[in-house]
Amino acid sequence: MLETELAGVKLQNPTVLASGILGVTGASLVRVATQNGAGAVTAKSVSLKERKGHPTPVLITYEHGMLNAVGLSNPGIDEFIPEIEYAVKNAGVPVIASIFGSKVTEFGEIAKRISAANPGIIEVNIACPNVDDEFGRPFSYDPGIAGVVTRIVKKNTKIPVFIKLSANVTNIGEIAKSVQESGADGITAINTVGPGMAINIEARKPILSNKSGGMSGPGIKPIAIKAVYDIYKSVKIPIIGTGGISTGRDAIEIIMAGASAAGIGSAVYYRGPGVFSKICSEMQEFMDKEGFSSIKEMRGIAHEK
Amino acid sequence: MKNDEFTVLRISETVSESPDVKSFIFDYDLNAKPGQFVMLWLPGVGEKPISVSGCKEGKFQLTVCGVGPFSNAVLKLQKGDKLGFRGPFGTSYSLPKKNGAIATLGGGYGSCPLAFLAEVAIAAGRTVYFIEGARTKERLLFGKRMSEAGVHVHFATDDGSFGIKGYATDILSNLLKEEKISKVFTCGPEIMMKKAIGICEEKKVPVEVSMERYMKCGIGVCGQCAVDDLGICLCREGPILDGKTAMKIKEFCAYHRDASGKIIK
Repeated sequence: MLETELAGVKLQNPTVLASGILGVTGASLVRVATQNGAGAVTAKSVSLKERKGHPTPVLITYEHGMLNAVGLSNPGIDEFIPEIEYAVKNAGVPVIASIFGSKVTEFGEIAKRISAANPGIIEVNIACPNVDDEFGRPFSYDPGIAGVVTRIVKKNTKIPVFIKLSANVTNIGEIAKSVQESGADGITAINTVGPGMAINIEARKPILSNKSGGMSGPGIKPIAIKAVYDIYKSVKIPIIGTGGISTGRDAIEIIMAGASAAGIGSAVYYRGPGVFSKICSEMQEFMDKEGFSSIKEMRGIAHEK
Repeated sequence: MKNDEFTVLRISETVSESPDVKSFIFDYDLNAKPGQFVMLWLPGVGEKPISVSGCKEGKFQLTVCGVGPFSNAVLKLQKGDKLGFRGPFGTSYSLPKKNGAIATLGGGYGSCPLAFLAEVAIAAGRTVYFIEGARTKERLLFGKRMSEAGVHVHFATDDGSFGIKGYATDILSNLLKEEKISKVFTCGPEIMMKKAIGICEEKKVPVEVSMERYMKCGIGVCGQCAVDDLGICLCREGPILDGKTAMKIKEFCAYHRDASGKIIK
């Protein structure tokens, strides 16, 4: 009943661990898949070379969500491949490897090397708001550059490629079209929004060491729903809809906007790592009540006139 | 909605524990349990997990040892200066249900959560043996505080400058032979904790350890402190683990990951 498909990759249920959450190690990904019930798991974004990330504090909560500026810390592709391999071997669900580069040309190299670990999908993170790249802003802000990155990645792998987009743009549909035309097999949307800032008034300083950070959690859900709705109108390729999804109702909502699967991130904090199974049973309950028997039936239904 | 924002407080008192260890006391109802930690924030410098070394109504204390730039900056702070924290986070030590004597085994500043536990245990009417090992006499912590609390204190130093010359684990081993101990609690170097697990296993005495890894978020989200192969985050499902769980963690006493996630052996 909850089965879904992402560019030919089959998922037992539509909950997907979002990148940057619990994905530092292979063992952690396996646990989310085998014990917490995720339908697919996304590893933390990896770059060619090691990155220490920003100094702490890197992640804080506020009234309506979370702010983070971890700074894409990762041990570099060579050290990270064993983690992906471990997850692919033991998770029992599709493993999504997330890659990023600071230069357009790096994406090709890293896509080629990560393919050796045989992930189910390669997600291309061109939307992180917390680090500077060669143009001083995320690649996903420009349809042309997003397309160039997509083509380079596609040229270097046979594994399905999903491009992760940011909602911090005037027309996300246009960017989605560009990556589809460049060969993308799917889209993940959205990355964190903002960036935002929190100042502690007793300390009289911004809390995050990076001062600003990407916003996630329940507060950004309406932005994610709108972005997925706009992308669905513009392209045919599948969408992993992510951004503030915390309950079964939220997951159904983003599927009705046009997503084939729902990315889960900050909700791991609000509801614990068992959130994936919880969301699945809540979805099932809703579908029984409303007479839906598949994810496909609900996908994009909000677009019907 | 669930929220763990920073609270910024002024230090109400400081206590010098040893040449490079200082306790900071705050007037605040933290409601922490022994073994739990807070993410301590020194604005403009950084944030680190620090275990709670004492907590009672209206007051709590954190004990910081100078090991790096963050802790050394904290050590310079005085009464009236501000520090931020979020928490308490993580699992806690659990006293055995049946009445009986307990023993704590601390290595160096690993004694911080154990001093807190000892006070809680004494308040609950338990007999407590507090064992601590350190390099030299100057580095032993909480001796006076523990004696005043009515705890049996046993010290070991590497150079024999105080207590027995040798390992704190030897004291534990002898204690388990001589006294009926219902549970052992340990915190310190992993090699010491592993040895303690072996000693307790032999005597069929349950044991809890405190295991930490590089932490960033403190709330079980970022995944930085996940351990192999269990995949649990020690900030949320630790730091306090029973001995059996610790022995299932293959990186226990073997390796850890740094801030980037790289394995360091």
